[in-house]
This record gives sequence, structure tokens and C-alpha cells, in this order.
Amino acid sequence: MKRLSKILSLSTVVVLLLPALALAAGGPAKDLIVVADTRVLEPGPMRYFADLYNTNTTLFAVWATVMTAVYGCFLGFLMDFLMSRTGIDLKSRKIIEH
Amino acid sequence: MDASWLYLWMPIAGMKIFWPGLVLIGFSVGCIGGFFGMGGAWMVTPGLNILGFPMAFAIGTDIAHIAGKSMVSTMRHSKFGNVDYKLGLIMIVGTMAGIEVGAQIIMTLERAGNIGTIVRWVYVVLLALITWLVFADYAKAVSKKKKGDVGEHGAEGITWYKTLQKLNIPPMVHFTAAGFTCSAWLPIGVSFVTGVLAGFLGIGGGLVRMPALVYLIGCPTHIAVGTDLFEVMISGLYGAFTYSMKGRIEMVAVFVMLTGAAIGAQIGTVATKYARGYGIRVAFGIAVLCCMISIILKEFKMDAAAAVLILGTIGIISLWICKITFVGAAEELRVKKAREAGA
Repeated sequence: MKRLSKILSLSTVVVLLLPALALAAGGPAKDLIVVADTRVLEPGPMRYFADLYNTNTTLFAVWATVMTAVYGCFLGFLMDFLMSRTGIDLKSRKIIEH
Repeated sequence: MDASWLYLWMPIAGMKIFWPGLVLIGFSVGCIGGFFGMGGAWMVTPGLNILGFPMAFAIGTDIAHIAGKSMVSTMRHSKFGNVDYKLGLIMIVGTMAGIEVGAQIIMTLERAGNIGTIVRWVYVVLLALITWLVFADYAKAVSKKKKGDVGEHGAEGITWYKTLQKLNIPPMVHFTAAGFTCSAWLPIGVSFVTGVLAGFLGIGGGLVRMPALVYLIGCPTHIAVGTDLFEVMISGLYGAFTYSMKGRIEMVAVFVMLTGAAIGAQIGTVATKYARGYGIRVAFGIAVLCCMISIILKEFKMDAAAAVLILGTIGIISLWICKITFVGAAEELRVKKAREAGA
């Protein structure tokens, strides 16, 4: 019962979040048709994503979001690794307001 | 001299962009965002504009970069214990519901006529109030410190949160990282109001949410910064998705800016370790003040002056944050070395 209640609460939060998150991203975009010029691109990742942009925006959007998150995480871990080499204490701090 | 290597081809926008400029914008916004706990979209757009970046792609690129940058900053703040995830998750509910209401208000008003100018002036008044709040709070804290009225974390100025935390409406929730117990309705209510404002003004909300977390909910400044970044990260990722669906994103620019932002975010976040809460608050007040003046300048069609003001502010604040980090880190390492030598 407790588990069901947790799942229901979580579902309510998700249902509440989704439409509102869309609005959090800002107002509706004006109609705009932009086509990436793939003629000047060599075959490779750049060409693949430019093609995807022109032909399948949903998949392009999924890729864009996932790659942003993955690259953000990668940079976070990389920076964490590099910062840990500096010898600075990165796990504690004093809270002094004034 | 051939400088073509300094220009990078943007496959979707179909043009070359000066990539060190993108790295610099990312670095500065990473620095400032990590220090103040906000996305900083208002800083990125004028910078992209000056680089000649197509404005059709500016918003989506901006939001995706902010999501990635907030992820890096949140990870670092989390290690310091600056992110209260429970508080962040509770606030997301209120923020999102509030943004929806704010956006509905705007849509209703838009049907009545062009309200762009009204919205901008409301924004100016709100920023003026935040600026006043920050500086009045600082003046009060200084006065209290002189009188010797100092609490656990030092002297405090405005303490409205103490009254609000007394509200005894169940469920009462304890926020471990933030270190206080209050009714769950307090963060939900406050985030709802800040969400309405963000939705009405069409902004991410960090500018409003950060001071609300400090003055109304009672978060220590450092926790407010980390928790706000956690919220920016979630809304930013969704923003990246929705703007990609609309074709308004240039992924190459996002990655280039994100690389600069990751370094800036480390510097900005580590600077919070060496800065006093009021140092962060006052610098935040100055940034808000400059943002307000730039909106006024834009309202009077002085776009170049507005861009110069914003970019100048970003440059100066970033340098100041770098100074805090490097001086603080050097001092910490010196003390550590001396301790090790003495042992």
C-alpha cells in the first residue's frame, strides 16, 4: 500500500511537471523553417546530425538532450578528477554569512 | 596570418563562428552561474549576438548549454553538501505549477493587446525590488555586526524566513542539508509565487528563486546557490529537448560553450567555499542591478549600450570570482603545506 501510494505520488508529480516544464523553457517559438545545408558537409557525425535535423526532428531532439546530459556528466567527472589533483579540500566548507 | 582556424563551421546555422568567443562566453557564464546559482540566459544572448550568432538559434543553444553547465555545477556543489535535493524536488512542484499559471496570465493579457512593454517594466520593478532587498539586508547585517548581534553563521540582516518557518501546517519537513524544519507548504508556496513571476516574465527564474530561497525560506546562501542550480539543470534539460524539437539549436556551439563553462563552473563553485554568504549576496545584487539597467536601455532602443553594460558586468564579476578562487585556494594550500611540515 505504501509502495502504491509512493508510485501514485510520483506519477502525480510527473504529470504536473511535464506541461509546466514545457512552459519553463519559455514562450512558444515563432514559425521558423531552417534547413541545414548538408551539401557542404563531408560524410561523418556532422553530416549525420545535419541530416537528422532536416528529416527527423524528434530523434534529433532526443540526441541533442541526451548528448548534452552525457557531455555535461563527462565534463563534470573529468573536472572532478582534475580538481582532485589540486590538493584543495573539495568536500567541506564553512558557512559564514557575514 | 591565416586566422581561419579560429573559426568553426556551424553545420546547422551554415556559417563560421569565432569559437574562442564561444568558449569565453561559456567560461564567464559558468563562473557566474556556479557562484550565484542561476542559469544566466540574460548574459548569454548579448554575447552570442555580438559574435554574430544567428538569433534564430540563440535561445535553444543558450538553454542546452545552461542545462549542461548546471549539471557540472550541481555535481561540484553536491560534493560540498550545498544541494538540498529534498527541498529542490519539493520546490520543482510549486515552480512548475507557478510557471504554468504565469504563462496563462500572459496569454490572457496578450489577447487584450500588446503587453511586451508592460512585462518589461514589471521585470524592471521586480529587479529593483530584489536589488533593494539585497542592499537593505546587507546594510542591516553590517549594523547588527557593529552592535555585536551575531548568530551561529554570523550577523544576519533581513530574517523574514524566521516568521515564515513558524507556520505550523502539516506536513512538517526537515531539510537536512539546509538545516531547518518547516511546513512543506512554505517552499511549495514560495516556489509557486516565484514560478508565477518566472512564467509571467518568460525567464528561467534563477534571478527570483535564489533570493526567495534565502530571504523567504531561510536557506543559507551556499545551499540556496546549489539547490537553485539543481532546479535549473532539470528545467534546462527539458528546455533543450523542446527547443531542439523546434529546430532552434546549434549543437556544435553548445558543446564548445559547454567546454568553457565546465572550467568556469569549477572556478565559480569553488569560489563559494572561500566567499562569505553576504559577499555572494552583494555581488548578486550588483549583477541584478546591471541586468535591470540593461533592460531599461533596451526599452529605449539603446541595444549597443545594453550589450556593453552586460558584457562589462560579466567580465568584471568573472575576474572577481577567479580572484576569490585563486587567492582562497593558494591560501588553503599554503596552510595545508605548513601543517604537514609542522607535523
